[in-house]
Amino acid sequence: MTCIVCPVGCRLEVNLDDNGGVTAVTGNTCVRGERYAVAEITNPVRTLTSTVHLSGTSEKFLPVRTALPISKGRLFAAMERLRSVAVSAPVKTGDVVATFDGVDIVACKTLLKKAV
Amino acid sequence: MTENNNLLSKKIIVIGGGPAGLAAALEANRRGVAPDDILIIERDRELGGILNQCIHAGFGLHLFGEELTGPEYAGRFIKEVCDAGIGYVTDSMVLSLSTDRVVTFVSPTLGFCRMTAGAVVLAMGCRERTRGALNIPGTRPAGIFSAGTAQRYVNIEGWMPGKRVVILGSGDIGLIMARRMTLEGATVLRVCELMPYSGGLARNIAQCLDDFNIPLYLSHTVTEIRGRERVEGVVIAEVDEKLRPVAGTEEYVECDTLLLSVGLIPENELTRDAGIEIDAVTGGAVVNQFMETSAPGVFACGNVLQVHDLVDFVTLEAYRAGESAAGFATGGLHSDGDTIATKAGEGVRYIVPQKLVSSSLAGVKLFFRVNNIYRDVTIRLYSVVYADGKTVNKTVKEIKKRIVTPGEMESIEINDKIAELLKDASGIGVELCKKEI
Repeated sequence: MTCIVCPVGCRLEVNLDDNGGVTAVTGNTCVRGERYAVAEITNPVRTLTSTVHLSGTSEKFLPVRTALPISKGRLFAAMERLRSVAVSAPVKTGDVVATFDGVDIVACKTLLKKAV
Repeated sequence: MTENNNLLSKKIIVIGGGPAGLAAALEANRRGVAPDDILIIERDRELGGILNQCIHAGFGLHLFGEELTGPEYAGRFIKEVCDAGIGYVTDSMVLSLSTDRVVTFVSPTLGFCRMTAGAVVLAMGCRERTRGALNIPGTRPAGIFSAGTAQRYVNIEGWMPGKRVVILGSGDIGLIMARRMTLEGATVLRVCELMPYSGGLARNIAQCLDDFNIPLYLSHTVTEIRGRERVEGVVIAEVDEKLRPVAGTEEYVECDTLLLSVGLIPENELTRDAGIEIDAVTGGAVVNQFMETSAPGVFACGNVLQVHDLVDFVTLEAYRAGESAAGFATGGLHSDGDTIATKAGEGVRYIVPQKLVSSSLAGVKLFFRVNNIYRDVTIRLYSVVYADGKTVNKTVKEIKKRIVTPGEMESIEINDKIAELLKDASGIGVELCKKEI
């Protein structure tokens, strides 16, 4: 597998035992790669970035991200949740605009209220 | 601001308010130029440049140790610019630049302006190669977009470019849009890549294609577009080692949208019109280690100089340009000594800077790209000297690398010791001693 933690993208090899448990990880150049490999086997997660509707300013959409990675299988469900999120300016980077599966969805941009 | 904006002057004018322009302006301010003596001229409605539409994460790992989204990365520099009180105008277009640093621009707030600058920083970024430039045969239906345009539509305007998508080009923009379109409900049928390798990061192949089971067809290209008013399908063929379509391998794929991610071109209309020397390989200005172009006091940085992979390096390059611009504007930059040229040797596509002022080599970093994927190579920095009436290459530094690719910019630093060795060089080169994969 390719590690996605940083732009280097180390090629990892993971050894599994008969129960599917991880016995060894090689190919990583840092400890984060090893943790990523284990997570990929047991519970793959991804950071989701998208946009939500925005009002009260000239920009129509607010870029958002999950504050923590969420389960890879839940990405489309998270997108569905974001479709119904509407934020009004003013908003600051880091403001929590929604939650999904217990994870905060935060704003990635600071925008003032503006007469449109 | 006075009402008559003709013949106004600023110590520093920065053309472009993206990451390069923002960093250059900040550094000029840090180096002593007053904030109201700096003007950033930005054509879009907000500062931030292309980062505003790059809503995905992956920016800032080197500079901040964090993986920020584009808007978050830009936001940090925009905040610093505002906190410092550095002047900027948006929705403003520079029409021309002269080599004696007169900048002509139009602005909703300032009207038609002609300003003289103590120093100018070019930070206009780059644009995408188009279908016309590619010459893909076929009809001209709606539904063909460059990947960056599709990104702008989806992330800024909120429009979906289409529902069934084929992407040509596996550079990072194409890969990122494959994921984005899929998450927003489109079906991305495949990504085709002309070369036998992808130009994008391996992590993007994993998280943008593999995660969504989108197939990647290496050594394939689009040979024809069909459809009357809207794209109905494309013909995809395999290519040989000379990148020519192989007869008999054509496949018709029904789709309503074609995204093109086939190269970025530094946006140097202003630079060319000013008569400033351009490097045909990089598409950007020829510069020295001070980021100074062939026009004294005009500096270039970021994607307008060379297309970068990581915005962190755009920022660092722009800091250097801002420092030099501040030095020039205050009379403290010594960039007019004898220069020598850098030479892209075997395996190297280009080197920036293209020229070096030989009296200030210590601390200079040479940035370059290789022309293919190579494993187990040695990067060799050499000096070109005249000896016994002949030109001789003398190795001054060697770096071993497990892998180098065209998609990842490399650098090699000239430290004090090496600068000493290069003292009498009439040129400096970088080459690869390699074996191809």
